[in-house]
Amino acid sequence: MAVMQLREAINLTLREEMDRDPTVMLLGEDIVGGMGTAGGPEAIGGIWKTSEGLFDRFGAGRVIDTPISESAIIGAAAGAALTGKRPVAEIMFADFVGVCMDQIWNQIAKFRYMFGGKSRCPVVIRVAYGAGRNAGPQHSQAVYGLMTAIPGLKIVVPSSPAEAKGLLTTAIRDDDPVLFFEPKALYAMREEVPAGEYLIPFGHARTVREGHDVTIVTIGQLVATAAKAADALANEGISCDVIDLRTTSPLDEEAILDSVELTGRLIVLDENGPRCGLAADIAALVGEKAFSALRAPVKMITPPHTPVPFAVELERAYLPQVDTVEQAVRALLAFREGDPR
Amino acid sequence: MQLSREQMLQAYRQMKIIREFEERLHEEIQKGEIAGFTHLYSGQEAVAVGVCEHLTDGDTIISTHRGHGHCIAKGCDVKGMMREIYGSAEGLCKGKGGSMHIADVDKGMLGANGIVGAGAPIAVGAALSAKLDGQGRVSIAFSGDGACNQGTTFEAMNLAVVTKAPCIFLFENNHYSEHTGVDYAVGTASDIAGRAEAFGMKVWRGNGSDFFETYEVMREVLEHVRAGNGPAAVELDTERFFGHFEGDPQRYRGKGELDRLRAERDCLVAFRSKVTEAGLIEAGMLDDVDAEVLKLIDDAVAEARAAPRAKPEDVLTDVYINA
Repeated sequence: MAVMQLREAINLTLREEMDRDPTVMLLGEDIVGGMGTAGGPEAIGGIWKTSEGLFDRFGAGRVIDTPISESAIIGAAAGAALTGKRPVAEIMFADFVGVCMDQIWNQIAKFRYMFGGKSRCPVVIRVAYGAGRNAGPQHSQAVYGLMTAIPGLKIVVPSSPAEAKGLLTTAIRDDDPVLFFEPKALYAMREEVPAGEYLIPFGHARTVREGHDVTIVTIGQLVATAAKAADALANEGISCDVIDLRTTSPLDEEAILDSVELTGRLIVLDENGPRCGLAADIAALVGEKAFSALRAPVKMITPPHTPVPFAVELERAYLPQVDTVEQAVRALLAFREGDPR
Repeated sequence: MQLSREQMLQAYRQMKIIREFEERLHEEIQKGEIAGFTHLYSGQEAVAVGVCEHLTDGDTIISTHRGHGHCIAKGCDVKGMMREIYGSAEGLCKGKGGSMHIADVDKGMLGANGIVGAGAPIAVGAALSAKLDGQGRVSIAFSGDGACNQGTTFEAMNLAVVTKAPCIFLFENNHYSEHTGVDYAVGTASDIAGRAEAFGMKVWRGNGSDFFETYEVMREVLEHVRAGNGPAAVELDTERFFGHFEGDPQRYRGKGELDRLRAERDCLVAFRSKVTEAGLIEAGMLDDVDAEVLKLIDDAVAEARAAPRAKPEDVLTDVYINA
């Protein structure tokens, strides 16, 4: 165990997996940094410092600093994966998946299916996602909701340094393509991270707070928001069951349904918009499979159907806040208060 | 000419298989036997075969929507391909891909591809993988004059140059991107290879309707790339004998154009004339190959018709390796 930042946990995991498996290779923009400059290689080590030191350790054949060419990065990762490598490609901001969407959803995601099960494409695409750093409309989006709709991809969203290590290790060793969404507002978050081999299986949600009054299903950086709300409400004698999904594809339906059976009340707290997103998806799941357990309407807490704004006040209004979650919990508990169960 | 008699007969057989595969599909599609979109490669055989006869299973290629020829030239099972196009559960891709997605990774065939321009970046990745392995293997991206306008192709060429990837960008200029002429759609219509040259790689140009010229050009190109000199590009001038897709009325063709192309630029006719006139192979031997290939295609169609259809429950399989 060592206390480290989320960015350090990512860096450590990449190093450990590259030490362990010579087929693991990295591609991305500025992941070495300083190539072709007086400052020399390793001037940057990735704009999030997640690949610091890896070029020196593993060389240019396995740590490939690419031009700004997202389609070529993901296409190259696909080609390397089809020929036996385990590439980890970095797309600097999740928003840029739009630039290389074809390679993700028409190529990587579909190869195995359209080739009749006779290929493997074990690509990991790491992206930094999310609002909270005033990066504006094209550098702040929580794109995992869109990507969850694509069959063939696994979608992983860690919520802390230890989670990042366990989930990234699993992602790199997985034989299917994985999109790994790193909450960039949390890169400096510190936590104890298990030393040595640490894998968290996909499709197994984590109970962050146990409770019996209201279920809060969430993921990524909003896990901390939900936990803070739950802690504040505990002082009022309200207990929340906070579930960190960890992966949206596969989705741990059982964890969601089991909790709702217990609490009868569901909040889905998500950073994607309200339309056709993860929150709506889970609301529909519960409506279909746990209808009789519900004691109040399902509440979706999401940003509005708008781009992510820049200004501090606007972004705060956009991103779900702790007090919003608290109010929603109280509202659900007040719904038809006194009705017999 | 450095080809042995056996090599020449093999090349002729491969070109003939592609031609008969495509001509037969053209007939069967008109009968309504085959679902979906099909893009035929007839006329361009000398390119696929002139390239792939140099390759081993360890070398990789990635193809286009017009992929049957590349698949056959790279060693995909012809009968398995026919079953795939007929939608059989026993097709090369279990009926999941169809004409535009035939692949056999074990043969180094990384797939036909329905997205114009998608292949070049993937080929660069396979080349970087080969470079890391250090065994002199190469990767080839087949692209047309259509794909030469896609940004993905530009990105791929630059990345290959920057990383010195053993990748070959093979441009088959058949003068039509779908239904649009190359003179309109390609800003450098008379010179696609020049674009690759501008990205910083050595380029070759040749007549893609002449197997022997294509084969010799590719010998040089492969020597250059296998020696570790980074990527290269080749532009081969060729002709397609059918429309963009089956059912295309081809109103964009000039009067008598198709008859003229078949009369003047048929790579199989050129091959036959060359080897028989030079006394390298007797006409009778080529006739024997023709007969053998026709039987192969007859059998392939008969077997594909009789093969088990894809089952509805198979829609759910092979999305993930471990779900």
